[in-house]
Amino acid sequence: MNNKLTLEDIDQFDLDEFQEISGENIFACYQCGNCSAGCPAADFMDLAPHEVIRLLQLGQIDEIVKTNTVWICAACVTCRVRCPKGVDLSKIMEAVRQIVLRKKNNYVDLNKIESELREKLPQIALVGNFRKFTL
Amino acid sequence: MEISYYPGCTLKTSAKNYEKTGLALLPIFDINPVEIKDWVCCGATYSLTSDNLMYQLAPIRTLIRAKESGNPRLLTLCDMCYNTLKRAALFIENDEEKREKIKNFMDEEETEYRGDEVEVVHLLTLLNEIGSHKISEKLVKSPQDLKIATYYGCMLLRPKEIQADSAENPQLMENIFQGLGVEIVDYPFRTECCGSYQIVNRREIILDRTKKIISSAVKNNAELMVLSCPLCDYNLEATQKDLIEQDSNFKPLPVLYFSQLLALILGIDPEINDWSLHNIDPTPVLKRKGLL
Repeated sequence: MNNKLTLEDIDQFDLDEFQEISGENIFACYQCGNCSAGCPAADFMDLAPHEVIRLLQLGQIDEIVKTNTVWICAACVTCRVRCPKGVDLSKIMEAVRQIVLRKKNNYVDLNKIESELREKLPQIALVGNFRKFTL
Repeated sequence: MEISYYPGCTLKTSAKNYEKTGLALLPIFDINPVEIKDWVCCGATYSLTSDNLMYQLAPIRTLIRAKESGNPRLLTLCDMCYNTLKRAALFIENDEEKREKIKNFMDEEETEYRGDEVEVVHLLTLLNEIGSHKISEKLVKSPQDLKIATYYGCMLLRPKEIQADSAENPQLMENIFQGLGVEIVDYPFRTECCGSYQIVNRREIILDRTKKIISSAVKNNAELMVLSCPLCDYNLEATQKDLIEQDSNFKPLPVLYFSQLLALILGIDPEINDWSLHNIDPTPVLKRKGLL
């Protein structure tokens, strides 16, 4: 990761677009780390959940997109119910996913899911997955 | 008393045991669930984006069908349907501008919908309204020294504005089963996510979650696990087969819908269950406990 930030780096991030998609104020977060402490999927993430918000505050969305974190989050909403500032991190994760997906980069390819698995899975697993990981 | 009923997709396929036993409980308490007409998939996961309203249309159409049915209390059994319908109703109720936009997307709908005319209610809430006292009056088969773990997962409890019970210490299933002489074990994963739709492309996450959740329940002496979400059921039940193959020390735990256990205790014919839908056979422990 680039440890030296310039104002230009920060200005590259379209904050208005991000706020419009997520509906959240990323600057409400004061980095207490409660979200990361309680996240049941944090072990699988390259970046911890609170690091995602910190990078967004610094305009570094590209650094987030390089990692797997937003694709590991299953929107269980534990972080939101425990956040002392009322930040809905599940919406922030979704907004990052949407920014990637809207550039026609689907994360999951239906054709690559084994047909045997596809037949066994409950519909809610498939519908939920495609809603989150494809456009 | 009649109540509108929304099954959703999965209850008609992999979660048939949940639908059959869940609905069979209601006539015992003089409730008649009436499936609403022309329902559509709720979308399974609530859309978390503020600028794309298209994902809200499917759950709202179902809410319109419920309003038209004349019984504006809408019963759901599936936790994901509960979450999606309840959040969509709240969204359209609270945002007048977006409600108008959504209305314009659906101009073929004849019934206008504001968001507060239909009350989405989960089966567990309905049973808690009936009350543990009335439920225990209907006891037919007393379970013999049965210890269960309850599992709630996410969609019934979070976020707070739609929660059916406390996000940290829910008691909906405890209230029902404690009055029936079932011992409920304490373990720390009752409300932790099972991994949800990651089962499609990141099975390793589900295996990790299942191992932690099931092993903790077993360590605390649970003999069965009960839950109310068809996706949690698949994740926590079907993947135990993989864990048995991977690790000879892994101890499996039968998983049932809470309604299956309750139906047995209240004397509903066990034949309505299709036990072949279970990967971890619950019948030996149910026989041992005098329930089969």
